[in-house]
Amino acid sequence: MKTVFEPTKGMIPVDTSYCPGCGHGIAHRIIMECLEERGSLGNTIGVVPIGCSINAHHFMNVDMCESTHGRAPAIAAGIRRVHPDQVVFTYQGDGDLASIGTAEIIHAAHRGEKFTTFFINNAIYGMTGGQMAPTTLIGQKTTTSIYGRTVEQAGLPLRMCEILSQIDCAVFVERVILNNPANVRKAKAVVKKALDIQDARLGFTFVEFLSACPTNWGLAPNDAIKFVEKNMADYYPVRNFKTPEGF
Amino acid sequence: MSRILMKGNEAFAEAAIRAGVKCYFGYPITPQNEIPEYMSHALPEAGGAFIQAESELAAISMAYGAAASGGRVFISTSSPGLALMQEGIGFIASCEVPLVILNVSRGGPGVGGIQPGQADYLQVTRGGYNGDVKVPVFAPSSIQECANLIYECFDIAEKYRNPVVILADGMLGQMMEPVELPEAKGITPVEKINEVKPWAITGTDYHEGRNVVYSLRLDPQALEDHVNDMFARYAEAEKELVRWTDQGLDDAEIVFVAFGTTSRLCAEASEILAERGIKAGLIRPISLWPFPDAAFDKIGPNAKVVISTELSMGQMLFDVKNAVRGRWPVALINRTGGMVPSSIEIADRAEKALKEAGK
Repeated sequence: MKTVFEPTKGMIPVDTSYCPGCGHGIAHRIIMECLEERGSLGNTIGVVPIGCSINAHHFMNVDMCESTHGRAPAIAAGIRRVHPDQVVFTYQGDGDLASIGTAEIIHAAHRGEKFTTFFINNAIYGMTGGQMAPTTLIGQKTTTSIYGRTVEQAGLPLRMCEILSQIDCAVFVERVILNNPANVRKAKAVVKKALDIQDARLGFTFVEFLSACPTNWGLAPNDAIKFVEKNMADYYPVRNFKTPEGF
Repeated sequence: MSRILMKGNEAFAEAAIRAGVKCYFGYPITPQNEIPEYMSHALPEAGGAFIQAESELAAISMAYGAAASGGRVFISTSSPGLALMQEGIGFIASCEVPLVILNVSRGGPGVGGIQPGQADYLQVTRGGYNGDVKVPVFAPSSIQECANLIYECFDIAEKYRNPVVILADGMLGQMMEPVELPEAKGITPVEKINEVKPWAITGTDYHEGRNVVYSLRLDPQALEDHVNDMFARYAEAEKELVRWTDQGLDDAEIVFVAFGTTSRLCAEASEILAERGIKAGLIRPISLWPFPDAAFDKIGPNAKVVISTELSMGQMLFDVKNAVRGRWPVALINRTGGMVPSSIEIADRAEKALKEAGK
């Protein structure tokens, strides 16, 4: 019989530790499928963050290391200096990247580091149980903003693609959304493009995924998807911000 | 090799390059700035890589990434910078990744000052690391000894799979002395990394299976087992890494205990005391952890007082008292904040301490 589908060898065949409806599994899979399709599983080094996806190294079938909170881009810069020829990436959540790790991500972009950062924005701290993140939307209820985030108390959410695309040596910046199969396919094409641009060593490459966290949002998975589509995509426009010529 | 006159910081950088360092990551902080300055041009010329990091937090993180992926990595900083690096040092120890860190220490606390200090003794020997972590610490007293230690400590860090700290006070970094630098070892090529570091994350094409460098263990039994493994190595390190020099202990009435720059002043003070008819000996710990307790067993029957001599408010004093175990009175001669006592001041204060001990 003809095989029409098989799981990617980029994912270790175990159950993930993620909640039902969480976007991490989808993001993991499309990144690993891209690496497998381009024959890169054997020459890739990944860095996982602090947060739910610290567990990614139990699922992603490549050499990986853990990081201290927010420091993944500095760690990847160190890896890149020892391994000029490998594929290098960081995988980071919004507490990790947009709060404690702002200096490291800004300066990785500033130096035009030749690695790719995959940024999972689910507008909340997941692993610690649903606290407000810099990306939490106005009005969104979290365990540290129980009446909803206000501008007066916490300012307006940070838009990382918009910030990073201002930095000249960040050459590819795009925001994608994980809400339906068509957009997941589009996200995969964006991941592939980011890795191709990394291969060309043109500068820093960054992909942000708008992603659901049903557990900490207190929403059923379907309603969480609607929140991503309506509320998140409204504040965080899904689009390409920057692509180098020829891509 | 011939002896050449070099500034301490530049000799330290060159010694690291000759040890086969692949990467150096630095952030400007006085009094160690000549190290990143030297590394910025000399390390790339030797085939390595330099980044001026955005902070000490980033520098230690870059060091971790480069070392976890198999490179020999050297970093340097000064006291407040080391405070910032402590999160990373504890994490790196828990990940079992080798790294050599040079602290050219200055006066504290806080931003403090930029003159030489030894008030990082507790910071480096006890650390601000969370959890059960130990870090071998060596304290050289000359530019030559510091260069030799830097060269050697990469092998120590790799053997024990743990960070190693070298504590050189600002005096050593800023002064000039003749130094004979060791032979250049060359940088391990990428394709050979897993031969010497089978655990390094290099990409699975280079090794069997999959390598993961990690710290998180949610299962408490797994974490306890891991800490016990680390402590089995620390027990071995405690036996193998203990180092000191001593002089004149057989018939000394005063026994100085001093490391780094201060030990040189105590040697001079001993000569001054000898002219006054007082015999003084010296224990100079080279390893601060493990602390050379055994040195104190060599103290002879004439000893009246053991004097911890430090550029701090008496941070080594705890370890000295622990090693003395009540056998002799213990006194402290110290200056702090970047103030360095003269050998005459030390001799005068030691003579006074001897009289008080005799009361």
